[in-house]
Amino acid sequence: MVYLDAASTEPLHPAARDALLSALDAGWADPARLYGAARRAQMLLEQARADVAEVLGARPDEVVFTSSGTQAVHLGVLGTLNGRRRVGDRLVTGAVEHSSVLHAAEEHERGGGTVDVVGVSRTGRVDAEVFARAVSAPGTALACLQTANHEVGTLQPVEEAAAACQEAGVPLLVDAAQSAGRLPLPRGWSVLTASAHKWGGPAGVGVLAVRKGTRWRSPYPQDERERRRVPGFENVPAIVAAAAALRATAEEAATENARLSALVDRVRTEVPRLVPDVEVVGDPVLRLPHIVTFSCLYVEGEALLTELDRAGFAVSSGSSCTASTLRPSHVLEAMGVLTHGNVRVSLPRSVSEGDVDRFLAALPDIVRRIRASLGVR
Amino acid sequence: MWRKRSGAGGETGEPRAEAVAETQAGTREPAALTIDALGRKCPIPIIMLADQINQVPMGAVVEVLADDPAAYTDIPAWCRLKSHAHVGSAEIPQGGWAIQVRRNY
Repeated sequence: MVYLDAASTEPLHPAARDALLSALDAGWADPARLYGAARRAQMLLEQARADVAEVLGARPDEVVFTSSGTQAVHLGVLGTLNGRRRVGDRLVTGAVEHSSVLHAAEEHERGGGTVDVVGVSRTGRVDAEVFARAVSAPGTALACLQTANHEVGTLQPVEEAAAACQEAGVPLLVDAAQSAGRLPLPRGWSVLTASAHKWGGPAGVGVLAVRKGTRWRSPYPQDERERRRVPGFENVPAIVAAAAALRATAEEAATENARLSALVDRVRTEVPRLVPDVEVVGDPVLRLPHIVTFSCLYVEGEALLTELDRAGFAVSSGSSCTASTLRPSHVLEAMGVLTHGNVRVSLPRSVSEGDVDRFLAALPDIVRRIRASLGVR
Repeated sequence: MWRKRSGAGGETGEPRAEAVAETQAGTREPAALTIDALGRKCPIPIIMLADQINQVPMGAVVEVLADDPAAYTDIPAWCRLKSHAHVGSAEIPQGGWAIQVRRNY
């Protein structure tokens, strides 16, 4: 199988596998206790925290580990809104944020809060000036913006948004799930969220960083773990592995990004040349190094995924009728681009030039056959 | 899902996505041809449109009735890719939209 779905989950980094196996033996005990094995677990946990904090540009005491990136976003959004109730109940967010942000926003609306969604351009980029105006409205408690879009790879104007938020005195939550470890993090965030399995760590580890001085109150019942921010017993071995993967990925990023980005450029150029009636979406330049998305006219997304799978290629799609949803991706909708026949190719670190060549060789005939089956000439 | 939107006018930078459909929603011109794609899933409504648009004279309007949410986004996107004009999209009483397209060539 040629795996081209790194944006869903990056395969475990070898450095994470090694770290996980040794931490299963050394870090299994309860880090909150005081005997030897417990102190060892606590040391491993705090070393992982320091490592993650360093790569993300945070202080160790600002960083806590959650059970997923989604949980980090839910806690980040709802906890900050909770802490700023006296200021107001307005939440500002981009239209193409991850569903975890949108679902937290819906929860906020159900509780009586208001949500202001800032639209995006055809390439999926939030307009920084519109975002700045939105956060300057009175009663704004929190603004949310992703570093880069998970479906089309477009980078967002986070530093401009952060400057506007600072001027307005509004905290900015930055969802760095797709870029953490791969690209330097933009400055100016108040709350930062990320997910370890996107950078080659194990599943089940998210990161929530809350800057000193940002008001935050847990939406959950009181718990002693993780500086009272995240309930439940820490998965120390997985956290240690996540930190190892983040360090390794960040060290490799300079060389790996250039390699992956060149392959993405190749897909962006070749797919429209090889397949008629294709729209490549997302920003061609202001983008993540490893994600490229295109839509094929007159093709059903599910049929495309099924045929690509049969030919040995794992990709994902934002089309409706895929991933058990009947609505097309909110990202493609907000961009106003074709939602059917959609394919997202996202390159993992293990991908070779030959894998991309094989994908480009297989795609045209698959699209042709699906179109023929629908009577399209 | 969302009640308030900022930037719907697309005042700066690139034209904001959806702006065309939103601002022109409600306009409905006399159509030279109506294609009933109700109950059909994308990409079928678009395939029907592509098949039949040449049946109307240049400059005339084709109206596609569709209730797949994907069609609401995809027919205007098809117009952009194929250099036809999206006239507007109006909600229809039976659910779905009448999405109007002007043949440009």
